[in-house]
Amino acid sequence: MREVAVLGVGQTKFGELWDRSFREIGIEAGLQALVDAKLGSGDLGGLFLGNMASGTLLDQEHIAPLILDYAGLAGRHLPAVRVEGGGASGSLALHQGFLAVASGHYDFVVVGGAEKMTDVPDTTANAIISSTADHEWEVVFGATLPALWGLIARRHMHEFGTTREQLARVAVQMHENASKNPLAHYRNKLTLAQVMGAGGVAEPLGVLDCAPLSDGAAAVVLGPLEVARKYTDTPIRIAASEVACDTMAVQHRASVTTLESTVAAARRAFARARRAPADVRVAEVHDAYTISALIALEDLGFVEKGQAGPEFESGRFAPGGSLVINPSGGLKAQGRPFGAVGVAQVVELVRQLRGEAKERQVSGATLALAHDVGGTGATSAVHLLERAN
Amino acid sequence: MSIARFWRETPRRYNLGGSKCTICGTVYFPPRAVCPTCPRHRQTLEKMVPFQLTGDGEVFSFTIVHDAAEGFDMQVPYVMALVTTVEGPILTGQVVDVTPEEVHIGLKVRATFRKLREEGKAGVIHYGYKFSPAVDSDVRPPVRGPGVPSETTTPAPSDRASA
Repeated sequence: MREVAVLGVGQTKFGELWDRSFREIGIEAGLQALVDAKLGSGDLGGLFLGNMASGTLLDQEHIAPLILDYAGLAGRHLPAVRVEGGGASGSLALHQGFLAVASGHYDFVVVGGAEKMTDVPDTTANAIISSTADHEWEVVFGATLPALWGLIARRHMHEFGTTREQLARVAVQMHENASKNPLAHYRNKLTLAQVMGAGGVAEPLGVLDCAPLSDGAAAVVLGPLEVARKYTDTPIRIAASEVACDTMAVQHRASVTTLESTVAAARRAFARARRAPADVRVAEVHDAYTISALIALEDLGFVEKGQAGPEFESGRFAPGGSLVINPSGGLKAQGRPFGAVGVAQVVELVRQLRGEAKERQVSGATLALAHDVGGTGATSAVHLLERAN
Repeated sequence: MSIARFWRETPRRYNLGGSKCTICGTVYFPPRAVCPTCPRHRQTLEKMVPFQLTGDGEVFSFTIVHDAAEGFDMQVPYVMALVTTVEGPILTGQVVDVTPEEVHIGLKVRATFRKLREEGKAGVIHYGYKFSPAVDSDVRPPVRGPGVPSETTTPAPSDRASA
């Protein structure tokens, strides 16, 4: 297996992009990444595209060749493959792209992630995202994706004393971080009182505990590390790319306050990279709901189980802290275009490791972690990225 | 959800028909073809037998839903819970016949047969289990739904796991 590097990155603005089509945002991100990598399309081996639900959101399946076509590459007859894993679709596409280059079968690939959430009414979009949970044994009985995370949140509060205010702090911090991100869906700052006083969605979670429905796309170009310096002065090595799965339904887990898929993916990733959680200075973690971020900090090994609430409150994970979480604003404030999320996390981390993150720059970061979750944790993916010497 | 898709699960949704591994004794709901608990789980393929839950249990966690699932709009706010049954499996369902303020972790509940949602996409009414508070003096038999296929009969008492 060869070492794999990220050579280029691209990302559209996230938000309610009424005037832009799925294919437009898809090719914008991909072409940006190709330009950033200074890679001619003649060198390209293929496309892996992360997307959760184009069939139900857009009545359009078979979207990988569609994006390839509108990127002007149909005549080259490259392979283009869509990858689906709920909210983790982007990370799963990245994993496939990583394996494709590592194996030596392809030299250079584009990994994209794209989702257009706002071409359907919110109620339809919410039903579609809830279909990443177990439809037969959760959704049919009245559960939604936020309701399932609400069940997880209540139990975390019960077992560990996590408070409503600690959950709200996550939202406040994510909006603070996103205020410095020009691509973010929400750049407004929030107060604790606003988050805690917002209308309920699935108590204890309120509207401002939940990530928005966003449109957006992101892309990266991957290639062999051994030739990366021909294309970029700052190749970013993928030190680990790991995916792990767990039971589809929350009800079947030994513990509902731990995402065992995240624990497994993180353990494998750190073992493969021969690094430890303490080596990470910047991370993009799954914060679709405020509770998701706290549980991620625990399951990734950054804090002891049950301690994420008070540890987050201490400011340790804010800019200037020992480990900066979601400098982009995360899913909560940068936005949540489902299939694009995992790729966008890596775009942000590559910019951080290159030192190109401007106002959001985390100083001294050499190792970064991306963590993506599908549904309530049936799928988790962890990527470790490192600035190559 | 199509009529056939909902109908084929009625033995489970109406009558809490699960399965039990005859090797390790673990009970599952919904029923499983293989036992995830047994180390050599492939050998359990022919060893899973039907097992019916009593529907008694207690609230393990709960949430008050304001942003309803499709077809549940008329019921907001409603309580969704994870209920740990006395036989072991945890079920996801609504807690009804109680105000949301009265629901707490540890609340004893019992499954009850109810209308789940008024109309799915195909225009049918979906029925299944919800949970209502149980009281110590409760002597009513577990509520069963109609139209049960004969293969999901209640197992012999000796086949039941203890609480």
